[in-house]
Amino acid sequence: MCGTCGCGDDDHITYHKPNEENQEHSHLHHHGPVAHTHFHRHDDYQLSLHQHQGHSHDHSHDHEHTHDHPHDHTHDHTHLTTTQTVQIQRNILSKNELEAARNRGYFDALKVVALNLVSSPGSGKTSILERTITEKGRELNCFVIEGDQQTMNDAQRIEKAGAPVIQINTGNGCHLDAIMIGKALRQLNMSTNSTLFIENVGNLVCPALFDLGESKRVVIISVTEGEDKPAKYPNMFETSHLCLINKVDLLPYLDFDMEKFLNIAKTVNPMLQFIPISAKTGEGFDQWYAWISQQGVE
Amino acid sequence: MHELSIAIQIAEIITEEAAKAEALTVTKVILEIGSLSGIEADAIELAVPEAFRNTICENAAVEYHYIKARAVCESCCNEFDPIDHYKICPFCNSLYTSFLKGKELNIKSFDIVKP
Ligand SMILES: Nc1nc2c(ncn2[C@@H]2O[C@H](COP(=O)(O)OP(=O)(O)OP(=O)(O)O)[C@@H](O)[C@H]2O)c(=O)[nH]1
Ligand SMILES: [Mg+2]
Ligand SMILES: [Zn+2]
Repeated sequence: MCGTCGCGDDDHITYHKPNEENQEHSHLHHHGPVAHTHFHRHDDYQLSLHQHQGHSHDHSHDHEHTHDHPHDHTHDHTHLTTTQTVQIQRNILSKNELEAARNRGYFDALKVVALNLVSSPGSGKTSILERTITEKGRELNCFVIEGDQQTMNDAQRIEKAGAPVIQINTGNGCHLDAIMIGKALRQLNMSTNSTLFIENVGNLVCPALFDLGESKRVVIISVTEGEDKPAKYPNMFETSHLCLINKVDLLPYLDFDMEKFLNIAKTVNPMLQFIPISAKTGEGFDQWYAWISQQGVE
Repeated sequence: MHELSIAIQIAEIITEEAAKAEALTVTKVILEIGSLSGIEADAIELAVPEAFRNTICENAAVEYHYIKARAVCESCCNEFDPIDHYKICPFCNSLYTSFLKGKELNIKSFDIVKP
């Protein structure tokens, strides 16, 4: 079963470079970077086989006989087993966190500033990246990982803008996780002192839970959305460092109450920084670039 | 939707740990879920049995311990129960408060049968 959406299909997470779409397609499906759950499941299965080999046939006997206990064999089997409580006190996201730590180590070693861009669908993530790459692609040495459920559209837009990009299609999956990023990084061949933009799947709920190993998390809201987004999706605003308020060119036509928005967002996260921008006109982008450059200095 | 991937993580972690402990089967699992963890009770309780199917946890009884949020104010040091993520201090109105409890997303323990 697929770990991300439970759809029963293990093989639907794909990793593509735009120009290699067809060649890599079948290749990738058969080899490595396919749904991790499958592998884990497989391991588990092997583990249980191991158990059976190690302890020979006794196990299956035990199991089948439990129902018969009242009738016969009672002693034999009760003597064989003991119960025990294992106190593990383990964070359920620990696997993702381990992978995130590996990614973080990779970023540190290459002096990469990695930004995880999260937002509702359509708030302008790809448009912001297009302008950023066009205007600062050289200087910032931009690389991009695109996360979408389906299609190569965003990767094609990024490639046209001029940055190396890997498209991860998560199928029905609603977020990127650190394991997917690790696999994409192996194909991306990043250089030192570069900037990685990860465009997460458009969704303000699930991506909040999954640390990708990013240096900073950037939440994007457009002024066509409601001012109360931070109240509705507090986890996302609480875990972000910067909030880009996009599409401010539309402010004259809307009744988006900026002050109200800022107040709600600050209540959820008093440390959050804000930059109002327009991917259409370029307003605010100097501040955005300055903020990115600052991240490399830290 | 992320509850199912969380549930599958739970099954994977327990399967690994149960194998290390040479368990024959897992009879009980206790989960701790904070009210600010981003996990919906209904969704996780639906997802866990689904994820446990065909694993060593298949027949385990699952206990869900839901944990209420608790915050402390860094300005006046008072503790309080925050409403959702709104953690303004009710004593001094400071925004600089931090959560003491509520973010939990843990497997607390599980019971196994051993040879
Ligand atoms: N007026 C205006 N429109 C914008 C701006 N930024 C993006 N848009 C438009 O908003 C729509 C969505 O933009 P995208 O960049 O595709 O948004 P996205 O967040 O990448 O979308 P998904 O990847 O589908 O979640 C497009 O029609 C853009 O032209 C802006 O600053 N002003
Ligand atoms: Mg996009
Ligand atoms: Zn206070």
